[in-house]
Amino acid sequence: MAILVDENTKVLVQGMTGSFGGRHAELSLEYGTQVVAGVTPGKGGQVFEHENYKVPVFDTVEQAAKQTGATASAIFVPPAFAVDAILESVDAGMDLVVAITEGIPVRDMMKVKAAMVGSAARLVGPNCPGIVTPGQGENSHGGCRIGIAPGYIHKRGRVGIVSRSGTLTYEAVWQTTQRGYGQSTCVGIGGDPINGTSHLDALRLFNEDDETEAIIMIGEIGGSAEEEAAEWAAQHCRKPIAAFIAGATAPPGRRMGHAGAIVSGGKGTAQAKKKALRAAGITVAESPAEIGSALVEAAGWS
Amino acid sequence: MNIHEYQAKILFDKFSVSNPRGIVADTADQAAAAASEIGGERVVVKSQVHAGGRGKGTFKNGFQGGVHLVAPAEVGEVASKMIGETLVTKQTGEAGKLVRKVMVAEAVDITHEYYLAILMDRGESCPVIVASTEGGMDIEEVAESRPEKILREHVHPLIGLQPYEVRKLTAGLGFKGEQAGQFGKLLANLYRLFLECDCSMAEINPLVETTDGRVLALDAKFNFDDNALFRHPEIVEFRDKDEEDPREVEASKHSLNYIGLDGNIACLVNGAGLAMATMDIIKHYGGEPANFLDVGGGASQEQVAAAFKIILSDPAVKAILVNIFGGIMDCDVIAHGVVAACKEVGLPIPLVVRLEGNNVEVGKGTLAQSGLNIIAADDLADAAEKAVAAIAA
Repeated sequence: MAILVDENTKVLVQGMTGSFGGRHAELSLEYGTQVVAGVTPGKGGQVFEHENYKVPVFDTVEQAAKQTGATASAIFVPPAFAVDAILESVDAGMDLVVAITEGIPVRDMMKVKAAMVGSAARLVGPNCPGIVTPGQGENSHGGCRIGIAPGYIHKRGRVGIVSRSGTLTYEAVWQTTQRGYGQSTCVGIGGDPINGTSHLDALRLFNEDDETEAIIMIGEIGGSAEEEAAEWAAQHCRKPIAAFIAGATAPPGRRMGHAGAIVSGGKGTAQAKKKALRAAGITVAESPAEIGSALVEAAGWS
Repeated sequence: MNIHEYQAKILFDKFSVSNPRGIVADTADQAAAAASEIGGERVVVKSQVHAGGRGKGTFKNGFQGGVHLVAPAEVGEVASKMIGETLVTKQTGEAGKLVRKVMVAEAVDITHEYYLAILMDRGESCPVIVASTEGGMDIEEVAESRPEKILREHVHPLIGLQPYEVRKLTAGLGFKGEQAGQFGKLLANLYRLFLECDCSMAEINPLVETTDGRVLALDAKFNFDDNALFRHPEIVEFRDKDEEDPREVEASKHSLNYIGLDGNIACLVNGAGLAMATMDIIKHYGGEPANFLDVGGGASQEQVAAAFKIILSDPAVKAILVNIFGGIMDCDVIAHGVVAACKEVGLPIPLVVRLEGNNVEVGKGTLAQSGLNIIAADDLADAAEKAVAAIAA
């Protein structure tokens, strides 16, 4: 099992003919992911070639989905066009839409979120590293990689990871790989104030996934998504959770790189989040170097 | 991004949010002319700086107060003591802020002060209007001590502000008759401003009712969504780099995410979450971070070199910690950037480097062969401990 995606998931890439999208489409192909189509308006009919791979490019997501059977889309288009790209994927019936794009205006995301109410599609991101379900091969080859995460640091295994940050996710992945536990699926939910999938959504999915034995949740200052997830977990989550919250030393009122990482009006501090998590029975690592050991403590592994 | 009071007035005027008459002035002569144009028995002269507590501030020339209520004839003299002088308030720190402009505004007689703000509620994914009859004071304190005095109205992202929502707030604040109409119009226009300018916050504190029956926005604070600035060149024009930390201005020229702090261990990291976590781990091991610096996922050698120069220009910095998890990013690119910067500007202080990820062995080799005095670290904890120890030594 795993959540959201597995080695059979067929992926299309919106913005594959751009340099950023193209580079990561290549890395996903090399990882063994089934990248079956690209979508760039006006470039339908072209073929995206890399090594022995030949991937058809379509003008619309609808055409790409009909002809290739893709069910997940990765969005690499610039911020000004990202909302249109997300809604096009939702309209075309994608099960999963992963928005990598950084810098989408909050007002636009607010509208997207309202427009998606009642839709069956799940949005992950924006401003996120994407999703990886590691494969069984060498350096986790053969898995499903949607987005920009480095595939080779993963290892197929038993830890579910959900995080608002990219490189901090890799840090957690690396620690669980080195300890030999591996990951069921890693979900980067993104660093923006309004996003599609929350920490809580990911916990629910991991809770129902047979392969996931324990969960790492990585949060950061700003908002109250971590607290809401903790409150739910205390009541419903059957699996041990270890967590880290970044930004204990961040000055209030300043945006720490991510649009959503800001303490405003004394709300959303790392201290308050850690307290809420601990109250819910979650093991909180005090330092990012201790995420792996916090997991071992939470899960009772040795 | 912050804007000046006179710039907020430009936005209010553009969106017909009623506010007192006012004119901005660069010189004492202009200020005097503005005062006679506005007229009346008294006018207000206000220093234009990005800091609160102006009224109780002191100029370095000894002149008391960054805001003055005076007769129009006295404005020239008062303004001459403010423009070109440095104002120190509780928010500016000892260095103070140079006042380059003043705003001369109509003085109004107030019967009641209210609070009105529109914010983006990230939990609900929609705008929320916050209002209170307790204006002119710290709203967070009101929310704490008298939560029943705070009114909240969430607005549907797609349907927008509805007349019934305006009526609820009008009634909740106790506006009646003609003032109810004025408030309703002001709120609807403020909402339009909030959306069309991509604000993350538009706050009026205080919103006032005057003795002559007007409802006016007296003072305002705006925050804008940085992600949306690309479609608001008119708001980008408002940016006043003189008001910003020069290190942050320099960093923004190189598309680096830099925030200056008070500590002495500088850090250079790829990724915002890891950059925050690196600050945290420095503190965890007993050190104090000097900055937040995220060079991004695809930083070039030039960007890394520029980042290094900014770090080294800060005299408080006593050690540097470079923490790179190069998933896709080539560790060797970072290594070359570090070496190039150190060779150009010298390396007078200890440098601890932790590299992990893509092409890491080549990157470590580049650092080792550079001849620079670099302390290599195995992992994040090791790096933080070594950086803290380097300062203690």
